[in-house]
Amino acid sequence: MSDALRPTGSSPTSETSSRAILAPGYSFTSVTDKIASIALSRRTPWQWFLGALTGFALTMVLLASLSYLFVKGVGIWGVNQPVGWGFAILNFVWWIGIGHAGTLISAILLLLRQPWRNSINRFAEAMTIFAVACAGIYPLIHVGRPWLAYWLIPYPNSMSVWPNFRSPLIWDVFAVSTYATVSLLFWYVGMIPDLATLRDRAKKLWAKMLYGMLAMGWRGSARHWARYEQASLLLAGLATPLVVSVHTVVSFDFAAGIVPGWHATIFPPYFVAGAIYAGFAMVLTLAIPLRKLYGLEDFITVRHLENMAKILLATGLIVGYGYLMEAFMAFYSGNVYERYAIANRMVGPYRTIYWSLIFCNIISPQILWFRKARRSVPILFVMAMIVNVGMWLERFVIVVVSLHRDFLPSSWGMYRPTAWDWSTFAGTIGLFLALMFLFIRLLPMISIFEMRQILPAAKAAEGE
Amino acid sequence: MSDFTRLREAAGTAGPWRSLGELGASADFREHLHREFRVPIDSGVDRRELLTLAGASLAMAGLTACTRQPTEHIYPYVKAPEEVVPGEPLFYATAHVHGGYARGVLAESNEGRPTKIEGNELHPASLGGTDIFAQAFVLGLYDPDRSQTLSERGEIRPWSAFLAAARLAVGKERPGRGAGLRFLTGATSSPTFAAQMAQTIAALPEARWVVWEPAGRENVYAGAQAAFGERLEPHYAFDRADVILSLEADFLAEGPAPARAARDFASRRRGDSPNRLYVAESTPTLTGARADHRRPLTPAGIESLARAVAAAVGAISGAASSDPFAAAVAKDLLAHRGSGLVLAGEGQPAAVHALAHAINERLGNAGKTVVYTEPVLAGPPGGAAALAQLAEEMRAGKVTTLVVVGGNPVYTAPADLRFAEAMEKVPLRLRLGLYEDETSRLCHWHVAEAHSLEAWSDARAYDGTATILQPLILPLYGGKSAHEFLAAFSEQSDKTGHDLVKDFWRARLPGDFDTAWRKAVHDGVVEGTAFAPRSPSPSLRPLDAKPPGAAETAGELTALFRPDSTVGDGAYANNAWLQELPKPLTKLTWDNAALISPSTAENLGVANEDLVDLLLAGRRLTMPVWIQPGQAEGCVTLPLGYGRTRGGRVANGKGFDAYALRGSDGLWSRAGLEIRKTGGHYPLATTQHHHAMEGRDIVRTVTAAALARDPDAVRKMGEPPPGPDDTLYPKLPAAAYAWGLSIDLAACVGCNACVVACQAENNIPVVGKHEVTRGRAMHWIRVDRYYEGSLDDPLTVHQPVTCMHCEDAPCETVCPVAATVHSAEGLNQMVYNRCVGTRYCSNNCPYKVRRFNYFLYSDFPTELAKMVRNPEVTVRSRGVMEKCSYCVQRINRARIAAERENRPIADGEIVTACQQVCPARAIVFGNIADPGSAVSKARGQRRQYGLLAELGTRPRTTYLASIRNPNDALPGAAKTGGDHA
Amino acid sequence: MKPVGLYGLMAEFENPGDLVAAARGARAAGYAKLDAYTPYPIEALTEALDIHDRKLPALVLGGGILGGLLGYALCYWTSVISYPLSIGGKPFHSAPAFIVPTFETTILVAAFAAVLGMLGLNGLPMPYHPVFNTPRFALASRDRFFLCIEARDPKFDREKTRAFLEGLRPSIVMDVEP
Repeated sequence: MSDALRPTGSSPTSETSSRAILAPGYSFTSVTDKIASIALSRRTPWQWFLGALTGFALTMVLLASLSYLFVKGVGIWGVNQPVGWGFAILNFVWWIGIGHAGTLISAILLLLRQPWRNSINRFAEAMTIFAVACAGIYPLIHVGRPWLAYWLIPYPNSMSVWPNFRSPLIWDVFAVSTYATVSLLFWYVGMIPDLATLRDRAKKLWAKMLYGMLAMGWRGSARHWARYEQASLLLAGLATPLVVSVHTVVSFDFAAGIVPGWHATIFPPYFVAGAIYAGFAMVLTLAIPLRKLYGLEDFITVRHLENMAKILLATGLIVGYGYLMEAFMAFYSGNVYERYAIANRMVGPYRTIYWSLIFCNIISPQILWFRKARRSVPILFVMAMIVNVGMWLERFVIVVVSLHRDFLPSSWGMYRPTAWDWSTFAGTIGLFLALMFLFIRLLPMISIFEMRQILPAAKAAEGE
Repeated sequence: MSDFTRLREAAGTAGPWRSLGELGASADFREHLHREFRVPIDSGVDRRELLTLAGASLAMAGLTACTRQPTEHIYPYVKAPEEVVPGEPLFYATAHVHGGYARGVLAESNEGRPTKIEGNELHPASLGGTDIFAQAFVLGLYDPDRSQTLSERGEIRPWSAFLAAARLAVGKERPGRGAGLRFLTGATSSPTFAAQMAQTIAALPEARWVVWEPAGRENVYAGAQAAFGERLEPHYAFDRADVILSLEADFLAEGPAPARAARDFASRRRGDSPNRLYVAESTPTLTGARADHRRPLTPAGIESLARAVAAAVGAISGAASSDPFAAAVAKDLLAHRGSGLVLAGEGQPAAVHALAHAINERLGNAGKTVVYTEPVLAGPPGGAAALAQLAEEMRAGKVTTLVVVGGNPVYTAPADLRFAEAMEKVPLRLRLGLYEDETSRLCHWHVAEAHSLEAWSDARAYDGTATILQPLILPLYGGKSAHEFLAAFSEQSDKTGHDLVKDFWRARLPGDFDTAWRKAVHDGVVEGTAFAPRSPSPSLRPLDAKPPGAAETAGELTALFRPDSTVGDGAYANNAWLQELPKPLTKLTWDNAALISPSTAENLGVANEDLVDLLLAGRRLTMPVWIQPGQAEGCVTLPLGYGRTRGGRVANGKGFDAYALRGSDGLWSRAGLEIRKTGGHYPLATTQHHHAMEGRDIVRTVTAAALARDPDAVRKMGEPPPGPDDTLYPKLPAAAYAWGLSIDLAACVGCNACVVACQAENNIPVVGKHEVTRGRAMHWIRVDRYYEGSLDDPLTVHQPVTCMHCEDAPCETVCPVAATVHSAEGLNQMVYNRCVGTRYCSNNCPYKVRRFNYFLYSDFPTELAKMVRNPEVTVRSRGVMEKCSYCVQRINRARIAAERENRPIADGEIVTACQQVCPARAIVFGNIADPGSAVSKARGQRRQYGLLAELGTRPRTTYLASIRNPNDALPGAAKTGGDHA
Repeated sequence: MKPVGLYGLMAEFENPGDLVAAARGARAAGYAKLDAYTPYPIEALTEALDIHDRKLPALVLGGGILGGLLGYALCYWTSVISYPLSIGGKPFHSAPAFIVPTFETTILVAAFAAVLGMLGLNGLPMPYHPVFNTPRFALASRDRFFLCIEARDPKFDREKTRAFLEGLRPSIVMDVEP
């Protein structure tokens, strides 16, 4: 379908230019129509239905698991003494981590004036919001009395008691809710001009009305654009420290505890690095199939993929440094508990998990040193998948393996996830997919007006 | 288990060794895979278990109808007894009878409901302490599985019908002067019962009274018989003994008065001149765990050791053996004439007892550390012989009427007697029993027995001191006491249990009877009833000639039959508290297992939880094995009391019935056991998976010598904790009281009484085997057990762990909703109704003493389950964290009393549940802000240390290091001493 | 004389360059009340129409300060004044711990100020606007560039202004109904 819109003269593949962030030959008209048509066209590829169905089916699994959870209690999971936190917190951290790339791309790369971001920031932001939505579920459901989870919110109540602001979990409440809100605002504001485009391009009445309301009467006035640009920069300026703070705060959940393997000052930086790492892996995981499915190779070019691969490599090295420092500090501190905790990761009952984590996060990404690998779509896709798994394993090691053997050997135990742990996890993946597919069907998954900005014609007008 | 050798090398280096569950890589990996790939689709407590735990709410729903609710127990009172103040508990002195011996207790009654058992200071077997059985037997009172009706062949009958049947039976027997009449009872020391029996038999001279106690004291009496030519009751003054040699006498956990023994023994462990304990045993016991020198020996080995020592001290003729251990012990005993003590366990053959007596006689210990009195247990000689004879008579058709009072012979009788089959030959079989159990099923008449908190009775303590047992509540199911039951066969069938007991004592109490009676009932002891010490003529039989008993040939396995450490001989099998109580050494719950030594396991190639076939004298039993460090080579311990078929919903199907292997020719041990691997697997629920301290200074042990050398020996172990002023935070204003707890590890014998007491006091739910396997046991106080040293004979240490009530508590900081906060008096308070259940506090608790209600563990529907609860303690609901509260309800009770009288709370006025029952008095609670308080004095000792205090938690619960007093003349003394200094 | 019932005149351009030039021209010709409509932000256009507005940054700064104060005040008041609890031996006023919520509320309020400020100053949402009355205006969100001189401009004259716009070589000039 997309070929109809591809301008004559431009080659069908993105092998046009290795440096191009947009294939040549595009005009304001073709860019607009091509992207808008994905949301507006009647024809939907069968792959979309496949994906959306999978997503919704798994979402049902999530609902079933949660219903059973609320009826029986968290005992249906593998959590126990000493491992009070299992899959729930593990997956919470994993999702939050994934939810970092979007804002990072939109905010930091905007401040750094990286125009190549324009074609990936939109769905990266969407991914962020959906990932945070999935993450947000876990802290609520993992508590013993979920119907009282709202007690974590500071509100005047008949007991006249307040949350304990010294607890990292309260910090989480603030950090995650702020992050979710700001990401949502950023995402929406970024979409207003494109919503106006859809409004003006839509044929069906309901579509006109829907997009019309969402566009809030945007008309592209120069004065509006001026303030709009200001707001975008300001939001980017605010989101940048925010995105760094969120995973820092999440890392406090562990670093502020005294459990050997948790109580480390290295945690905040290497959690943030890990988050970017995981985030970009997920962006790649989504971008690679999407550009193929909707023929967007011209917009999401190999240059984009390569840049993301470079970021993967860099953050992966930072994460590796984190692991190294963790081990070194444990050794250097001479603290018997810390030393045992690290040794237990490497040779204890969960050693297989630790070493596969090392393989996924540290060893395998080294292949990205090679330009060939960075520019090979299949390799990148596999790489991204491996990193997704690796980051999940990392959280397993941090949450479970640290807890299962702490100070008093008499209390040591093992953690065994139950079928309900798995079904809940699969369920949130389903929710994520479902939201993602709805998004690409109904909203412009690439920022149209920002694509216009990188057209040669636009550059000319700016006298560049 | 090919990695045993490698493991032993590692272990041989006296360093701490890793858990058996994770033996070497291969075993470790196997376990790992097993755990990884077994993904239980868990619905929490499954239906059957739920029923078990719920204590049969269903059954109760119907039964409340046929439960006679005594009007006295419905509040508000119409005519209130003057001493009852609603909300104020009352305490009644009575006794818990175990194996026939009375252990004095005070039973707490809330609004007429007995809810808690405490020790009775006045009772010689208690002195304020109790054991786990006494703590748990209050739960049995409310057991919905108890037999609730009087029935004939399953038909419900009135008491009068039974009386008629009994009279008829007696009438039938009269012509034969009772030749066909047999009374079969368990061991009893009840004077009233003995008198009734004598009376009944006087009327029918040919009738017989047969006593069968599955784990009874027959060997003890037989030993005295062998030594002195008369059946005597030896009891021991451990507080006067400087050197003790125990020949598998587990006096700290078993025997007539373990609580008293622990008290006396512990009183000699604290000081600067501790006693010295040598233990030779085939299977590890709590006593062995306290030993300064422990020797794992086969039964024959124990006997030859006894001979060697006897010979060395000149008690018997014969050459002194070359065994250095025996020589050293003998030397030590000789050096402490009159203050030494040698004793043998119930499981030892008469010969060993006789040898012990001989040694004590020779060394002049008799009369000093060992006292002889007439037998406390009434009735004819029991043991396998008596039961075998009865079985023979029954099989021969000589028995026409069999009256079974209590006990459960069909379940407990030696397998080779085929007792059930013989019993069916008896035309009329009548039974009194707490449960409609295996025995009742084979009886024509079954009479529901009244629980000992429901009936009048009496019993004697180890020294003969009598106690009047008084009821606290009318029989819930209209049960009858043994006295009333027995009276049915005499002319007194119209008398109530109260009259029977009172009438017996009427003639025997000095002075004004009513006063004396009131006093006796009130105090829980009848003054002047202790037996006078006897000084038996040392007319010792020539023991030296006697050949050693059942000698096992090399390489042959020996089966050891022992009462289980938590369910005893099976009488307590339906008690959920005891079922879930971790066994002191294996830490197993809800099951028994064949305990084998590591080397035996290596030879057989079996690992923990492997199912094996046990074959003994043509009998067969399939059972899982559990590797027990310190188990004597070639000895396999088979705990009795499990595998019940009609024991009640809790008991049935739990564990394996070792009685099926037990023969009358070897009640306690029998050589010739064969073990075959089946390849099957049976999961066992243990509460402790790791057994080494990993070189951490958790349980600190010093030798007396080291402590004398350097008073700071204990403090020098491990990293020093931060001082009181090493903090950045401003001090919060101090309150008048600062509660603290001190636990003396030198005194603690690891008996678990504190665990059950805490469970009873604080309404702690039982979670069941499945939840225990998932690491969700709920006990607020646990007793950790660690091994140090060699795999085959490790040093075993115990450590009770409560909430430390840290002054800088890590758990408080992380709770997002401030559900756990600090009180001005230093209590780490758990606010249940504020808790949302993030479990963060538990993660951040370095002591892992917090417990979480993963499901709705507490039994809300069952009415009967509510009756045993402490009305002053919240019953926790699902999704809530809980933990030791220092018995805050008791603190506040004392506070209210003090404020009412406008005075400060006195020291010792607050006694926590664990402290109250501790037989060794190892636990002291009080106000550490008051330098004069007992707890301050305890904490002031130089052995004091805080667990993990180097983390800066500033724990309020602190420990006193354990003391060992090894004999330098023996090898490994230093190792055994655990001398870190 | 000004004819009633007219919002203004709108010229459509094919490419951004022409529009920027036209805007400059209109300014030079002395027109004040004019606006341009484009499918994407054009910086050159901003100075061409010399748009100078510094309100938004001030708003965001204020929002940030307000959020920070509120956040810290919340922590302080609840933990020190309203219901002080002894927790983990920490002082009631645990400043380091309070920083985190404070930081988050700072960002949150500032972000709201940025978004709501932008919308507010732009007068959005605006359900109706005259420029939408010209059918071709839909292309403003696609690939066309519009310059609109409003009728309320003192220099506005239907004929003269139309002639002026025609002079700027637009593809078409249209009336904009009010």
